[in-house]
This record gives sequence, structure tokens and C-alpha cells, in this order.
Amino acid sequence: MNPTNYLYLSAILFSIGAVGVVVRKNAIVVFMCIELMLNAANLAFVTFAKINGNLEGQVMAFFTMVVAACEVVVGLAIIVTIFRSRRSASVDDASLLSR
Amino acid sequence: MTSENLIYLVALPLFSSALLMLLGRRADRWGHVFATLISASTFVIGAMEFFAMIDRPEASRAVTQKLFTWISVGTFNVDAGLVLDQLSIAFVLLITGVGTLIHIYSIAYMSHDRDRRRFFAYLNFFIAAMLLLVLGDSYLNLYVGWEGVGLASYLLIGFWNQQPEYATAAKKAFVANRAGDFGLSVAVMIAFANFGAVSFVGIEEKVDGASQTALTAMGLMLLLAAAGKSAQFPLQAWLGDAMAGPTPVSALIHAATMVTAGVYLITRSNFIFDNAPTAQLAVVMVGIITLLFGAVIGMAKDDIKKALAASTMSQIGYMIMASGFGPAGYAFAIMHLLTHGFFKAGLFLGAGSVMHGMNDEVNMRRYGGLARFMPITSITFGLGYLAIIGVPPFAGFYSKDKIIETAFNTGGLQGVLFGSAALLGAVITAFYMTRLMLMTFFGNKRWVSGAEPHESPFLMWAPMAVLALGSAASGYLLYSGKAIVKWLAPVVDRDHHEHAEFLPAIVVTTLAVVAVIIGVAVAFIKYRGELSESAPSDVSIFTRVTRRDLLQDDANEFLFMRPGQKLTQVLVKTDESVIDGAVRAVGSSVLGSARGMRKLQTGYVRNYALLILIGALVALLAALVVTI
Repeated sequence: MNPTNYLYLSAILFSIGAVGVVVRKNAIVVFMCIELMLNAANLAFVTFAKINGNLEGQVMAFFTMVVAACEVVVGLAIIVTIFRSRRSASVDDASLLSR
Repeated sequence: MTSENLIYLVALPLFSSALLMLLGRRADRWGHVFATLISASTFVIGAMEFFAMIDRPEASRAVTQKLFTWISVGTFNVDAGLVLDQLSIAFVLLITGVGTLIHIYSIAYMSHDRDRRRFFAYLNFFIAAMLLLVLGDSYLNLYVGWEGVGLASYLLIGFWNQQPEYATAAKKAFVANRAGDFGLSVAVMIAFANFGAVSFVGIEEKVDGASQTALTAMGLMLLLAAAGKSAQFPLQAWLGDAMAGPTPVSALIHAATMVTAGVYLITRSNFIFDNAPTAQLAVVMVGIITLLFGAVIGMAKDDIKKALAASTMSQIGYMIMASGFGPAGYAFAIMHLLTHGFFKAGLFLGAGSVMHGMNDEVNMRRYGGLARFMPITSITFGLGYLAIIGVPPFAGFYSKDKIIETAFNTGGLQGVLFGSAALLGAVITAFYMTRLMLMTFFGNKRWVSGAEPHESPFLMWAPMAVLALGSAASGYLLYSGKAIVKWLAPVVDRDHHEHAEFLPAIVVTTLAVVAVIIGVAVAFIKYRGELSESAPSDVSIFTRVTRRDLLQDDANEFLFMRPGQKLTQVLVKTDESVIDGAVRAVGSSVLGSARGMRKLQTGYVRNYALLILIGALVALLAALVVTI
């Protein structure tokens, strides 16, 4: 199969993720969309590795996964704490900086 | 010749002054005695130096002492050095002699004052500064003493500064003196720029090749300095108010010594003035204006100290005028200065003695008939009176007569004008001094109820008696055999000019005596009978103007104070609107733009995410465009 199709899929996934981050209010959903974008990037890395026939893209994908794991831990902790203090997971409610 | 002792003349009183000020109340019991002893010891040193000087041949009479190298920049060197020559020894003896007498007088006069120790500390400081002024061997050293006496004068005029008007009088004197000091500092700069030296010897060597402009400018600046310190026109207005200080201060600083520093400055700068005829003419004019100005004010004053202050101004006018006549006049200017030091100090101490006995009353309209109650004061005062109006053979006769003679001898119409002005001054002097004498010691009693006039204690009348002796005899002693002229010739008249005689001396002397008789007679007719207790109010406009000191304060206010205030107001407005305005505009524009920019920060995470996305897309597009 033509590897370019994987790149199209990656672009579509990334766009869905990006639109999700911008339009959705629920912090969990926003978070999931970020994960989606990261994984779209991973897919692109792996595809490029396949196209170029080397391992650099694959290694990059592993790095991304590690960073994403860390990010999930910290991010979820923040979201849970915010939810506990204000009984809401809406990202628009957390806009204290503007006041 | 060098000497190691000159520094003690300055250092001893300076040390004593510092000691009395640092010890504070602990020195209250003995401070006045200590200060008087120190002052007396400077007189002893001065007298020893004087006798040593007489013993030496004329060419090597001056002694110098180098203290340390003060400024050393490239080829320009200024040493802090002292010089004692025939001119400065005359001043040293006057300052320390009269100064010591006034120290003694002050012990009694200030005995009821809580701050007597502080008073003596200031007096000693004044002695030190004044001696430095006359001993300094360069204009810079002189300047230090010049400022020092200004400070001492300020401190002592405002000695009773708990009274606001006294503090104001002190400030007025200080400000007027600053105007003069400005002249001196500019003169020093001119000397440095044109001669590359500031010492008297250094400048004198280079005077011959100097441009007329530089010499005239320096002469005029020195004249400005002299006018400030010596209360000469147009900086004369402070002297009357300076009488706010205790009477011994008026006697020592504002009659005998400090105010004559201007005459010293001009005489010391003879090498400048002798080569700058324009400046010399200005000196004579200032002298004549002031001698008439002071005398006219003196006619209308009812305050005994202010009348004497006006008289001081007028007498210094004589000295300044004489010093403007060049080598012919310097010796007589100094002679009048010395005799004036005796009789004016004596008159002021006499006035202080009268005030002491009359509960500090200064208004002569409330005196009268005091001769019987204060016999010693009236006799010593009377001797000073005879000296100042110039009755032969008292001191003032010799010195003033010689000045009038020199004025006539300048020759031509100019000489007649100068001489007539000096004669007119002599008439007015005789008038106002006779008026003062009659109002104080003779006539009807116009005392304030409760006044019990009594003779002053021994410590007060003894100095007065010594000064009265000086007033009687100093003129003859100084002039017999032309002693002072020959003595000062090496300093002020090196070329031994022959001075032409325009009028025979005997004619001038007769004229001077006639002038005195006219003045005394007019005053006698006018102030002989009963006088009222307050000044008559139905008087001519001339009298009223004279009572207002010939509008000297009004003129200063109109010419300097009001425009100065206006200028300040304009500057404040400019500062507030232009400078502060610019600063405020910068602040508010930053604030305004920040207020606009702040809107960008909504605080919504999704907004930021969108912006990041847009930014990333733009960057991507840009990268694409660049690669294609």
C-alpha cells in the first residue's frame, strides 16, 4: 500500500484533534484531543521512517510516547484538582487570568 | 625673609573657636576669658612682629611663610602661604588690638546672655578669618579668609536668631555679600586666565604685558567684591540691617575691621588698579556716591546704631575714594581706615554703653540729657565724635583732610568735583554726628518710663577709654613726619611718585575746618532746644525718602527681588507644564496602550490554543512559500 495514505490519515487525525482542542469545553475531551494530535504526529514519524528506510522516525515516536505519558500524569492531576475545587471541568471556567 | 610664627596668628584663634564650640556648655564658665586671652596673645604676636619689622631695613621688612602646597597642576602652583608686610601688619595690629578691646568689652556686655561662650567662639573665629584675609599671599588664600569673615558676620548678625527679623537681617547681609564674592571669584578667574597665576607677587610680575581689557575687567570685578564686603554702592543695603547683631559685633565687624576689607583688597591690588585708569575712576565714583549716600541717610536716622552704620558706610566711601586715587591715595585710605577703626569702634561701644544703661533702647528720640548720668561714656563718645567730624588735632582731622586734599590734587575740573563732594560729605558728617550727640547726651530727658541710666562697669568703659585715646592721638602719631606714607610706600608706591599740588594744603585744611563748623552750626541751631519724643510726621518728601534709606530697599526689591520672584514663578510653571508634562505624557501613553493591549489576554485557554494553531499554520505557510 502507498505509504502516502498513512500521511493523509495522520493529517486528518491531527486536524480532528486541533479542531477538538479549539471548540470543545470539557477539559477531559480537550485532553483527549491533544493525545490524538500527538498520536497523529507519531503516525507521521513512523511513516516517514518507513519511506526513508531508517530508524530515526521510529526512535522519535518512542520519545513522543514517553513525553505524552508524563504529560498525561501531570495534566490529569491538574484537571482532577480543578474539578475538586470548583465542581466543573469546563476550560472556560478557569479564566482567572483575565480578571 | 621667612618666618615660622605667622601661622600662629591664624591658628590660635581658630583653635580656640573650635575648642569652645566643641566643648559646648562645659566651657561656659571660662570660655569668655579663654577667648579674650587668645585674642590678646595674637595681639602680642602681632606687636612682636611689628617691632621686629621696624628693626629690619626697609627692603627686607616683609616676611613670608609657606604652609603647604595647595594646588599643583602642571605648571600651575598655588601654595597656601602667608605674607606679613607693611600693609598687612597695620591690619594685624588693628584687628587684634581693637579685637582684644572688644573681647574685653563683650565680657561685661554679654554677661547676661546664656550663649556668651558661643558668642566668643564666633568672635575668635572672626579674628582667625580676618587675619587669614590680610595675611594670605594670593587671591585664593585671601578668598578663604574673605568667605570666613562673611560667615562670621552672618553668624554674629543673626546671633539672636530667635527673633525672625534678626535672622532675616543676617540672611540679607549674606546674600549681598555673595554678590560681592561672585566678583572676587571672577577676578581670580581673570587673573588665572590672563596671568597664569593667582599670587600677588606672581600677578605683579606679569602685569606689564597684560592687555588693558583684562586689567580693567579684573579691576571692576575686584571693585564689585569690595562693594559687597564694604557696603558700597550698589551693594550697600545690608549694613543698616546688620545692626541687628550685638553692639560689640557692630563695633568690631561692621565698623572697624571686616567692612574695611574692601579697602584692603583695592590697596593690595594696587598693581592692577594703577594700570587700569577706567577701573580706578569707577572706584572713585563708587566711593563718592557711597560717601554722600551714607551721610544723607545718617541725617534722618533716629536709631543710634543705624545712624552710626550709615556713617560707617560714608566713611568707608572716603577710603574707597582715596584708594581710587592711586599711589597718592592708598596711604591716606589706610590711614583713614586705621583712625576710623579707633573712633568708630569707640562710638559703637559708646552706643552700646548707652543702650546698656537704657534697657536696650536704641531710639535717640527717647534719650536726652544723658551726659550727667554717664560721664565716662559721654566723654569717650565725645572724643570719638570730635575725631569723626574732623576737628583738629583729633584723628579724623588728619586722615580726612588728607583725603580731601588728594581729591583736589587730582587736578582740573575733575579734582574740583571730587574735592567738593568730599567737602560736602564732611559738612553732612559734622551735621549728623552733632545731631546724634545732642539728641543722646544733651537736651531734655525723653526717657521711656522705668529707664534708669547708669554708668557702665569698668570692663566696658576701659576699652572705650583706650579707643578714645586712639581717636584723639592716632591721627597725629600716624601722620607726624608722614610716617604712614613712608611706611607703606614699599607696598603701594614703589616708584615714589611726586604728587602735584593743585591747591595749597593750607587752603584745603581751612576749607575742611569751615565745612565742619558749618555742619556743627546747622545741627546746633536745629537740635538745640526741646525735642519731641517721636519723629515729626509733617516733613518734606525729601526727609521721608531719606528715612526710608533713600529707597535702597525699594530699589533692590523693584530691580532684583520682584523680577526674581517672577522668574521663579515662570520657572515653576515651566517645570510643572513642560517638564513634568512630558514625563506624565510618557506615563499615561504607556498606560493607555497597555489598557488596549490587555484586551488580547482573555484568560480563555481555547483562545490561546487557537492563536497557537493559527501561528503554527502561518509559520508552516511561510516555510512552504519560502521553499517553493
